[in-house]
Amino acid sequence: MFYREAGDFKVSYRDDSQTFPIKFDRYRYYVVLAVAFGIIPFIINDYWANALLLPFLIYAIAAIGLNILVGYCGQVSLGTGGFMAVGAYACYKLMTAFPDVSMFIHVLLAGGITAIVGVLFGLPSLRIKGFYLAVATLAAQFFLVWLFNRVPWFYNYSASGQINAPERDVFGIIITGPNAPAWATYLFCLIFLTLCAILARNLTRGTTGRTWMAIRDMDIAAEIIGVNPLKAKLTAFAVSSFFVGIAGALFFAVYLGAVEVGEVFGIQKSFLVLFMVIIGGLGSIFGSFAGAAFLVLLPVVLKVVGVDVLGWPTDIVAHLQLVIVGALIVMFLILEPHGLAQLWRVAKEKLRLWPFPH
Amino acid sequence: MSEQLVFAMEVILNGLMAGVLYALVALGFVLIYKASGIFNYAQGVMALFAAMTLVGIMNGQVPFAHVINATFGTHVYNFGWTIPALLAILLTMAVMVVLAWAVQQFVMRHLVGQEPIILFMATIGLAYFLEGVADLMWGSEIKTLDVGLPQGINLWLDEVTFNIFGYGFFIDNLDIVATVIAALLVGALVAFSQYTKQGRAMRAVADDHQAALSVGISLNFIWIMVWSVAGFVALVAGIMWGTKSGVQFSLSLIALKALPVLMLGGFTSIPGAIVGGLIIGVGEKLFEFAIGPMVGGATENWFAYVLALIFLVFRPQGLFGEKIIERV
Repeated sequence: MFYREAGDFKVSYRDDSQTFPIKFDRYRYYVVLAVAFGIIPFIINDYWANALLLPFLIYAIAAIGLNILVGYCGQVSLGTGGFMAVGAYACYKLMTAFPDVSMFIHVLLAGGITAIVGVLFGLPSLRIKGFYLAVATLAAQFFLVWLFNRVPWFYNYSASGQINAPERDVFGIIITGPNAPAWATYLFCLIFLTLCAILARNLTRGTTGRTWMAIRDMDIAAEIIGVNPLKAKLTAFAVSSFFVGIAGALFFAVYLGAVEVGEVFGIQKSFLVLFMVIIGGLGSIFGSFAGAAFLVLLPVVLKVVGVDVLGWPTDIVAHLQLVIVGALIVMFLILEPHGLAQLWRVAKEKLRLWPFPH
Repeated sequence: MSEQLVFAMEVILNGLMAGVLYALVALGFVLIYKASGIFNYAQGVMALFAAMTLVGIMNGQVPFAHVINATFGTHVYNFGWTIPALLAILLTMAVMVVLAWAVQQFVMRHLVGQEPIILFMATIGLAYFLEGVADLMWGSEIKTLDVGLPQGINLWLDEVTFNIFGYGFFIDNLDIVATVIAALLVGALVAFSQYTKQGRAMRAVADDHQAALSVGISLNFIWIMVWSVAGFVALVAGIMWGTKSGVQFSLSLIALKALPVLMLGGFTSIPGAIVGGLIIGVGEKLFEFAIGPMVGGATENWFAYVLALIFLVFRPQGLFGEKIIERV
C-alpha cells in the first residue's frame, strides 16, 4: 500500500539513481539516522554503550568490510582478526607518536595502513582460489598476531606486552581512556559506521562493485569480458582491509582501551565476523548490520535469561551458549542460507503487494 | 661430527614424530573432503570430543553430571566403576558412529547441493555445538588420559645414539608408538578403500556423486560411513594428543595446524597428508631451532601457514592434489 514505486515520480536522472529509490525506504532511512544521532546519545548510559551499542557499531564496520571481500568479491578470508590487530596497533603507534593530532585522522590513517597490509596478503589471491585461499589467509592471521606479540617496538616496550589507549580528545571532548563519556564514544563510532556504510553502499552500486561481483560469479568469464582481475581483487582487499582496520582501531582505542593481541584479535574473532557476514547475508550491506546485531545481542540475551532469570551457574550458561550458537548457525544455514538479508528482501516483496497479493 | 649437526638431527627426528601427529589429524579431513567435498572444520573438536568421552567412560563419570546437579540439586558425579581401556575405546567408537549418523541425519542431509562455503560454515557451527556439548557432558577441566601407552624417554635409542655420536637423543616413547599406529592406520585405510566393497563404493562417491547414485550406491550410507571413519581417526588422534598433553580445549586447535598440512599435500590425497605432515613437522622444528632465537621464538605458531602460502603460490593444487582445471 505504502511501500511501492507507483506514484513516486522521478523528474531527473539524479533522483532516479539515488540510493533508496522507494519513498518509504528513504524516509525509514532518515528516521533511523535521526534516532541514532538525535535521540540515543541523550538517553545512553555506560551499560548500554559498553554491552551492546559500541560492539554492535564496531562489528558492523568490520562485517561490512568482510562482506565486501567475501560477499561481493568472493574471496574467503579468515584473517579478519589479524587485520583488526593491524588497525589497533597502527592506531596505538600513531596516538602515542602524535598526541596532538585529532583521533579522526588517526583512525583513518590506521585504516589506510591496514589497507596496505591487506593488499600485501591479498597478492596470493591472484594465484590461489577457494579453500586454499581461505587457509592462506590464516597465514596472515597467525603471522600478524605473532608479530605484535614478539616485536616490542609495536607495544612501545611496555612491560606487560599490552597496549593501553592514552586519553585523546576530538574538539575538546574526550574520546578514549576511562574518562570518556558514553555518548561521545557512541557518536564517534556511529559517525564512522555511517560514513563506512554510505561509502560501501555506493562503491558496490558503481563500476568497482560490479567488477567485484563479476569476479565473484565467474572469474575467468569476467576476465574474458575485460575485467582486470588484478585490479578487482586487490581493490576488494584494500577496501575491505580499510574498513576492518578502522573497526580494529575503534575496538582497541574506543571500546576496550587495553588490548592483549592474542586474546582479543585471535582466530576466534575472524570466525565471529565471518559468522556475522554469513548469518546476515552474503553480499548485502543491510545483512552486515543484521548479522552484527544478532551475534552481539545473542550472548547478552542468553546471559540475562540463563544467569539472571533461571539462576544457572555461569559456566553452564557459557557452555550452553556455545551449543546454542552452534545450533543456530547450522539451523540458519539449513533454513535460510542467504541470511537475514534474504528474510528482509522477502518481507519487502510481500509489502510491495500488500494488501492485494494477486 | 660437530655438535650443532647432532642437535639438528635430533630436531629433525622430533619434527618427524610431530609431523606424524599432524598427519593423523589431516587424514580425517582428507577422508571427508574426498567423499563429500565438505571441508570438515569440526575434525579437531571431534578429536577433543572423542578423547573426553573416552576419559569419561573409563572413569565412570555420569554424563551431564554438572547440569543434572545444578537443575535438581543432587550430587551425582560417578557411577563408581572404572572400565578397562580397550572396552572404553570400543564404547567411544560406538558414540562416534552415533555422532556420525546424527551429523548426517540432522545437518548434512539438508545441505546437499549447497555451495562449499556454506557447508564449511555449517561444520564450524557443528564445531561450536560439539565443543559446548562435550563441556556440558564431561566438564571443562583438564583431564589426564592414560590408556596404557608407553611414555617417557626411549632409553635404548638414547644409549645407541650416545655410543655413536657421544650425545644421547631425547625421543619420547609415545612418539614412536604414534608413528607405528599412524603407519598401521594408513595401511588399513588404503586396504579398506582398495579391497573392500564399501571402500570401492566410497571411492566411487568421491569420483562422481551422481554416477555413483545411478549405479545404486546409497549416498546416505556412504556418508555416514565416512563420518564414522573420520570419527575413528579423530579418536586415534585424540588418544595420541590427549596422552601427550592432557585432554583440554587446545586439542581442538590442532585442527588448524592440520590445514597447512592439507594445503601442502593437497586436499584430496592420503599420501599427501602424510608427506605434508612430515614436511611441516620437520620444517617448523628446524626453523625454530635455526631462526627462532634470532626473532624472539614461538615461530611454530605461523611458520607452517607461511610455508604453505609461499608453496601454494607456485603450485596451487598442493604436492599431490588433482590438477585444477577450470572451464567457463
